[in-house]
Amino acid sequence: MLEQKEKPEQYHPALRPRRPSTLNSSQQSPHATHWWRCASQAQLQPSRRRCLLPPFWRPKAPKSKRYGSSARLHCPRAPPAFCIGSVVREHYLRDDIYCGAPFCKVCDVAAARLGSSTSTIIIVDTNVVLHQIDLLENPAIDDVVVLSVVLEEVKNKNLSVYNRLRALCSNSQRRFFVFSNEYHKDTYVKIESGETPNDRNDRAIRVAAQWYQNHLGSAVKVLLITNDRENKKKAIQDGIPAETVESYVRSLGQPALLDLIVQPPSEDVTMEDAEDLRPSKRKTIYPEHKPMSEITSGLHRGIYHQGKLRVNRYNPFEAYVGSESIGDEITVYGRANMNRAFDGDIVAVELLPQDRWQEEKSLAIANDEEEEEEDDVHLAPSSADDAPRVTNILQAGEKDATPSRPSGRVIGIIKRNWHSYCGSLDPMPMPAGEGGIAHALFVSKDRRIPKIRIQTRQLGNLLDKRIIVAVDSWDRLSRHPSGHYVVLIENDIDARPFSSQVLACLPPLPWSVSAEDIANPIRQDLRHLRVFSVDPPGCKDIDDALHCTLLPSGNFEVGVHIADVTNFVHPGTPLDDEAAQRGTSVYLVERRIDMLPKPLTEDICSLRSDVERLTFSVIWLVFFSGQAVDQSVLAVRIRLMDPLTTDLRNMNALAKKFQIDTETHDPLDIDGIQAQQKMLEPLIQTATAVGLCLDVTSSKALADSLDQAVGDDPYFNKLIRILATRCMTQAVYFCSGDLSPPEFFHYGLAAPVYTHFTSPIRRYADVIVHRLLAASLGICKLPDVFQDRPRLTGVADNLNYRHKNAQMASRASVELHTLIYFRKRPTDTEARILKIRSNGFIVFVPKYGIEGPVYLTSRGQKGGGEWIIDEQQQKIKKANGKVSYGVLETVRIHMEVKEPQPNRPKLELTLI
Amino acid sequence: MEYVNPEGLRLDGRRPMEMRQLRAEIGVVSKADGSAVFEMGNTKVIAAVYGPREVRCEYSMANFSTGDRMRKPKGDRRSTEISLVIRQTMEACILTNLMPRSQIDIFVQVLQADGGTRSACINAATLALADAGIPMCDLVTSCSAGYLNGTPLLDLNYVEDSAGGPDVTVGILPKAMLTKSEVDLPIGLYFLFQLAKSSKLAFSLLFDLYNNVVLLVDGF
Repeated sequence: MLEQKEKPEQYHPALRPRRPSTLNSSQQSPHATHWWRCASQAQLQPSRRRCLLPPFWRPKAPKSKRYGSSARLHCPRAPPAFCIGSVVREHYLRDDIYCGAPFCKVCDVAAARLGSSTSTIIIVDTNVVLHQIDLLENPAIDDVVVLSVVLEEVKNKNLSVYNRLRALCSNSQRRFFVFSNEYHKDTYVKIESGETPNDRNDRAIRVAAQWYQNHLGSAVKVLLITNDRENKKKAIQDGIPAETVESYVRSLGQPALLDLIVQPPSEDVTMEDAEDLRPSKRKTIYPEHKPMSEITSGLHRGIYHQGKLRVNRYNPFEAYVGSESIGDEITVYGRANMNRAFDGDIVAVELLPQDRWQEEKSLAIANDEEEEEEDDVHLAPSSADDAPRVTNILQAGEKDATPSRPSGRVIGIIKRNWHSYCGSLDPMPMPAGEGGIAHALFVSKDRRIPKIRIQTRQLGNLLDKRIIVAVDSWDRLSRHPSGHYVVLIENDIDARPFSSQVLACLPPLPWSVSAEDIANPIRQDLRHLRVFSVDPPGCKDIDDALHCTLLPSGNFEVGVHIADVTNFVHPGTPLDDEAAQRGTSVYLVERRIDMLPKPLTEDICSLRSDVERLTFSVIWLVFFSGQAVDQSVLAVRIRLMDPLTTDLRNMNALAKKFQIDTETHDPLDIDGIQAQQKMLEPLIQTATAVGLCLDVTSSKALADSLDQAVGDDPYFNKLIRILATRCMTQAVYFCSGDLSPPEFFHYGLAAPVYTHFTSPIRRYADVIVHRLLAASLGICKLPDVFQDRPRLTGVADNLNYRHKNAQMASRASVELHTLIYFRKRPTDTEARILKIRSNGFIVFVPKYGIEGPVYLTSRGQKGGGEWIIDEQQQKIKKANGKVSYGVLETVRIHMEVKEPQPNRPKLELTLI
Repeated sequence: MEYVNPEGLRLDGRRPMEMRQLRAEIGVVSKADGSAVFEMGNTKVIAAVYGPREVRCEYSMANFSTGDRMRKPKGDRRSTEISLVIRQTMEACILTNLMPRSQIDIFVQVLQADGGTRSACINAATLALADAGIPMCDLVTSCSAGYLNGTPLLDLNYVEDSAGGPDVTVGILPKAMLTKSEVDLPIGLYFLFQLAKSSKLAFSLLFDLYNNVVLLVDGF
């Protein structure tokens, strides 16, 4: 029907004497000049497909009786999966797509992104983007035209690269321009018969490059960058200058950039030959990954199990895969069984036969030095070695051990979780030729990550430095994954200064409450109140303040005032986008990375003394008995003053009356996640070991029994609480429409719903709550994003991610400072045992807030040596019976910084 | 899925506020008193009007109109509902008081469906009625609009329609009276207005087309 668009309609008998009139609206419409519709749609769209019946669905010999009549014989009903279908889509071609060069005379230059005085415009092909995204992210590469065909292909192949490319294109600091060549009337390319989609796309890229050259004339050179030999040859035939990535980067004359180039895998192999140090190099080290189709069918049939691989923090040769299909965690031992999977990858796992399941080792804490030894054992070409060794252990250990945890091996990786890792290079002698290519092994700071092989031209620069490396590939022949050196930020925290657009959104300084704000009827004037903050004197970003007034009736009026950040951060502005992206301020030791620019956090929104500020305030009327009776939420302006002692005394008196904080029940966005009894198992185990009975039936019951769990020393309760919070899943932000109300709850909060809004300066979640609050108070309109659930979910996901990263960064920062502190002063101190493992225990040092393993046995030994360790009872006894320790008991330990491997110092704890 | 890319183009290359290509033709069924074919992009609808008798309406979809060819029983719920919608819309603009005790039959068949079939049906029916010379107070123009990726979109095609976002079909008499508005998902009033406002743009376009088709044929 469609192909006959221009012919008279077949169903039209056309017997009527009247002349049918046909008119095309586009001839009159104001958009008429903008689009054409392709004449023959069938040829136009690659999406028009006919999937033919596979051969076995053709009717066979007519012996089957099922088909009754002979007429049906020739068209047996195909199952729905094999239906012939055709997809017809419209594709409008336009003439209002502009080239993005500001010096162009023909195009609209309003949206131009390219440099105004550039001499070369670069067009990249899909593979260049996919493999060299680190290079593209380097500021040395600019004036790049990204074609929509490239974007589309990248999106289909690798979403994370696509997101990075999109971020580049929208970054105002970079000159990347997206040209929608697929919708431009002159650059659209039809697929030719016999042409593969790949070839068609390559041709589209060449056509677009040609168009640019013709369009912009001789003023600039349009350079096509492709590593595809065929594509490059054809481009040059068509008269388009084309270069490979490497030759282009060389022409820039910056040798450091060359390190960012990812070597194609084929070269990788030859390079390995040259480097060859070990004779077994070319042996296949890892079993092959199964093809995706096999994995999918295996998952369906229940042979394989899918899950996220989590590598043990203490032992990188052990990993767990939480599998829903068997409802338990599958343990994966050794690099060979892990089969090139990284921590966080989604993998498909096959269960090992039950006689090869291991129990004992799962609870061991692996030592760093074990690595090399383990390498030899586990990376042997055949994993058959494993079996005898395991039985040995079982015989040597407990004979009655029946392994209950299933073990498995990774047979395929469904989704990679590769990102960049921070660490340093393994020390190695400098190669003879300076400036040549050197190969080095990178050791990540994170022990869960295997060593990564990189090649660099600036080895001298990188040795003994903290560097960041990205993983490119890991083939079966190499022991280590290969990667390349990049410069990025660990934990994905954006510490860069704010861009000029973001800063442009700020109100001019010095800022003060304007007459407009004073006249605003929505805001209440609370400047007569004595409002004070209780932050320490040096604190600059003060986002909350209080007031407490004794009323004539003898009751109190208590107010909490939160800085009104949303009055300055408007939705949809670059400032808001940046804050949403950063998600949270990051607090490091002696340093803070802000979510919002300094003028906001330290001046305009900071509730400092003796200034007038805009706030959101919650005001309660509180009886002296401590019962709150009335509460109101207001938008107000306040003046801050220094507190009087009487105010503080009143506050203190009231605070004593409140047992639990119950005032935060703003039913807006909610934290929480369901708790399961199962999660608390480790806690219960510990509790029974010390003879404590905990009621875990509900969060309230747990909270109460935790209150009662007072041991003989003051720190006992705190330790139990630490253990209890360990068991709980991290509270997360979520969009309340995404989950059903029962899922909102979190075990740790004895409240049904919970949200916070007290720190909008440093948490974007609070900014969101403030906006909801403002909308529900009728102060401003609800921003569009709140109507868009997927977008809101995206915001919440990002907040969780950023929050986690911020926590990890501050933890890492504390760790670093601990190391610096103890480097000079080895210390003996008291510690408490948190958990007992088969070859040692984990202690917590209350004085410094440090947690770490204490090894009782040297690395070679598998058992407890002179110690008898009972993990079930969580008890340790010396073989001669003189000394014994139980969980939560106090031990004396020695703390000292050691450097077993260069550049990886660690704090070693030993028992005295 | 990305229905509007950051460059502001939809999957088929339109901008959010652009309609698909429109085409209309009247007098296509010789035996009917009035008839019209109406196309919005790949959506194609034929309507035939017999009357004036009493107003009645029938809606059906040709077996071959959708991607997978299937036999659909006549008079299923969906068809009945759409028939009712078209009937009510048309009754609102036909000057029924001029034709007491009479019946008008409107037969609408979707020949090819690519989203926005309801609006196309209403537009085709309007043209067919005009072709039949039935007295009407005004010509109804109808268009769909939706909300995807945080952008209001005009005239959704099948892919956009099945994306699951809120969408609304609006029928408007150019004398600025809303005759019909259907919403298929709960959306805020604010967005409804935004959508209705954006679909206004479509109505002037459609009305121009009507004028051209009807006036040219009738030789005014």
